[in-house]
Amino acid sequence: MSEEASKEKRKIKSAKKMRDLMTTYYLDALSASQNNKKVAWITSGGPVEPLVAMDIIPVYPENHGAMIGSAKMGEDLCAKAEDMGYSADLCSYARSDISCAVVKGGPIGGLPKPDMLICCNNICGTVLKWYEIQARYFNVPLFIFDTPMCHTGYSRPVADYVRAQVDEYIRFLEKVTGKPFDHDRMAQVGKLSMEGQRLWQKVLNTTRHKPSPMSAFDAFFFLALIVTLRGTQVAVDFYKELIQEMEDRISEGISIVPEEKYRLLWDNLPVWYQLKWLSNTFSAHQACLVADTYTSAWCGAIQYIDPDRFLDSMAEGYTRIYLNIGVDQMAEQVIQMVDVYDVDGFVMHSNRSCKPYSFGQMDIMNIVRERTGIPVLMIEADMVDPRNFSQSQVETRIDAFMEIVKQGRDKH
Amino acid sequence: MLTTEQMQPFNDAVNDPLSAETASKEREIIGTLCTYAPEELIWAAGFHPMRLFSSKSDIVLAENHLQAYCCSLVRGILEDSLAGRLDFLTGTVFPHTCDSMQRLSDIWRLKGKYKFFADVVLPVKLNTPSARTYMLDILNTFRTELEAAGGRPILEQDLHEAIHLFNRIRRSLRALYDIKSQNPSIISGADLYTLVKGSMIMDKVQAADRLEQLVSTLMPVDTPENDTGRVILSGSVCDSAAYYQVIESADVQVVADDLCTGQRWFDGEIEDQIDPMAAIADRYMDRMICPAKHSDLTIRGEHLASLAKKHRAGGVVFLLLKFCDPHAFDYPYLKEFLETRGIKTLRIEVDEQQDNAGQITTRIETFAHMI
Ligand code: SF4
Ligand code: SF4
Repeated sequence: MSEEASKEKRKIKSAKKMRDLMTTYYLDALSASQNNKKVAWITSGGPVEPLVAMDIIPVYPENHGAMIGSAKMGEDLCAKAEDMGYSADLCSYARSDISCAVVKGGPIGGLPKPDMLICCNNICGTVLKWYEIQARYFNVPLFIFDTPMCHTGYSRPVADYVRAQVDEYIRFLEKVTGKPFDHDRMAQVGKLSMEGQRLWQKVLNTTRHKPSPMSAFDAFFFLALIVTLRGTQVAVDFYKELIQEMEDRISEGISIVPEEKYRLLWDNLPVWYQLKWLSNTFSAHQACLVADTYTSAWCGAIQYIDPDRFLDSMAEGYTRIYLNIGVDQMAEQVIQMVDVYDVDGFVMHSNRSCKPYSFGQMDIMNIVRERTGIPVLMIEADMVDPRNFSQSQVETRIDAFMEIVKQGRDKH
Repeated sequence: MLTTEQMQPFNDAVNDPLSAETASKEREIIGTLCTYAPEELIWAAGFHPMRLFSSKSDIVLAENHLQAYCCSLVRGILEDSLAGRLDFLTGTVFPHTCDSMQRLSDIWRLKGKYKFFADVVLPVKLNTPSARTYMLDILNTFRTELEAAGGRPILEQDLHEAIHLFNRIRRSLRALYDIKSQNPSIISGADLYTLVKGSMIMDKVQAADRLEQLVSTLMPVDTPENDTGRVILSGSVCDSAAYYQVIESADVQVVADDLCTGQRWFDGEIEDQIDPMAAIADRYMDRMICPAKHSDLTIRGEHLASLAKKHRAGGVVFLLLKFCDPHAFDYPYLKEFLETRGIKTLRIEVDEQQDNAGQITTRIETFAHMI
């Protein structure tokens, strides 16, 4: 087979459909006001299901941030935020979104104006400040869903507090929309959300197969639906098709990385503006990033959610997500992933933008090294702002790391 | 002016918390990391709450735990702990504030260096009834943890005494700030800084007694001094007398502040007539928030503007610690909020690891001409 033909064969066909779905979604969101629909901006780990049940279009500034990063428009927008007085040390999703709202820049000319803002702080304290800024700028109501950090466990006071906020959230939505909350619709949306999350987990699990039919780079791309269209039939249908495609690839022996020899695990957000380069660099070493701690965060809380009591159990599900737990529990999850995906090495992105994800990484690194014996690489970067990325340095470090991975494997 | 003798115990406490005459003799020490640490409970349980600061030593050991883009306060305190400079502690308590502190707590807990460890994950929202209920729940949980550590129950009487003690400290510090605002030349900014920091560190009975003595010796002069060159400091910690000295040598007076190492620590008294646990919770709900917490969207701007009005200050100097997210996010709005109300602002970036106070002289002098 020619190289061209083999490349074509490796391409994941569902990618086009996914792009179309995202385009439709953004067009709907951008024309919401013409169709008398309300738009809510919501954090990526926020409880979106009640919005879907209320027919409110959820829009995700973080997903938009990822688009800005991928389109390599991050540097310009971040610099604009710095001109507005925001420190260059702040999260680049926040910086680019804050300036984008003002200058209407970015790949789609800015997000549709929000009618309300929903901020869940289960991922970081940054979103709290960021949504306060947007609430002042757009002058729209802000609801904060406060999910206390669970350093060591989930206590009764936390459970009571978060559960009480589920009701406050619903009252907030009723007030902003002037419509009563439809509990029957909510039950359906809850079931669809759970099904979507289970299917997403299944998509991610297809990479347990050797060689892997897809990589974490693909997961970063296909993630957008479980984030933005969680709780809809569209997401459920799409992931079913994607799983089918993955299973077909497995039975036909099509791998994403040609001659996959080494399997790696990725930690932290993607480096959006360097996805292609990173993917090629690892591929050149016959290494496939088969899994990551980031995309699995959208199905990590399944165990706590009961689809028949969705609203009650979602309190716990949204509170105990990956970033809202102690560093030791995060390390446990990493160790599990090392085992489940049978990886030979661990690549950690020390992400200047994301302090809750990056601080504690060194401790996780030591725990993982000690318990699994696999080599670990830490690279310095930023998910959206390329000014904090040195390609030559990272390349040298990846090359050196891959040597160690190869030696480690040869010993076995 | 305060005499060297009057300042001595506070200076000693700042320089060496343990060997100072003002150190707690019987009480074991529990380190606290932020003004949201419920100190009254710690005291009532028989411990001495001591605010931890970074000794600003070179970062060597903490390099293996926290990247260079973490604030110097968090890295500095971890360094002190790892280097054994905090071995005198029986334990520590981490109130939940920012992302960096949150992860420091994890790293600290995993190191397990001290007997006692507690996270106090207070609500982030401080303006709803359910948050207040949760606040009270969490304070009660913390009370139980302290009782276990202290080996005895905390009685209502213990709580009332602790509240009374801390209220005395708060009242005296407020009186000193008021004197300073009225007659800035009576207390230097550097002294005021030392008095607050020393009180955060030393034995609390000693702090309360000594502060009251000081207040009684200082007589404000009736005629207020001229109104020029009056500023308010705003930020997280300002842990260096040098900033006050540089500001004051440019003929600018610090007449109030919104700092963790200042008024945010001692503002607001605790009611001593009602249930003590509820009263402690109420103070946290009502006190001026730190930007890692949420209340009304413009509450910090309004607070600074009203401080400026009350103290006739023409400017606010933002001392922003490098890599401190909550404060950096608030700065642009506060700047605009204040400037549209005719209050000038100046931003200074602070890094505890490298004292740059000397380098800001010219900027302060220029600012002095504007206000
Ligand atoms: S990247 Fe990190 S700091 Fe930024 S919004 Fe996401 S979780 Fe928060
Ligand atoms: S200075 Fe800022 S970043 Fe550092 S601990 Fe305090 S609030 Fe957090």
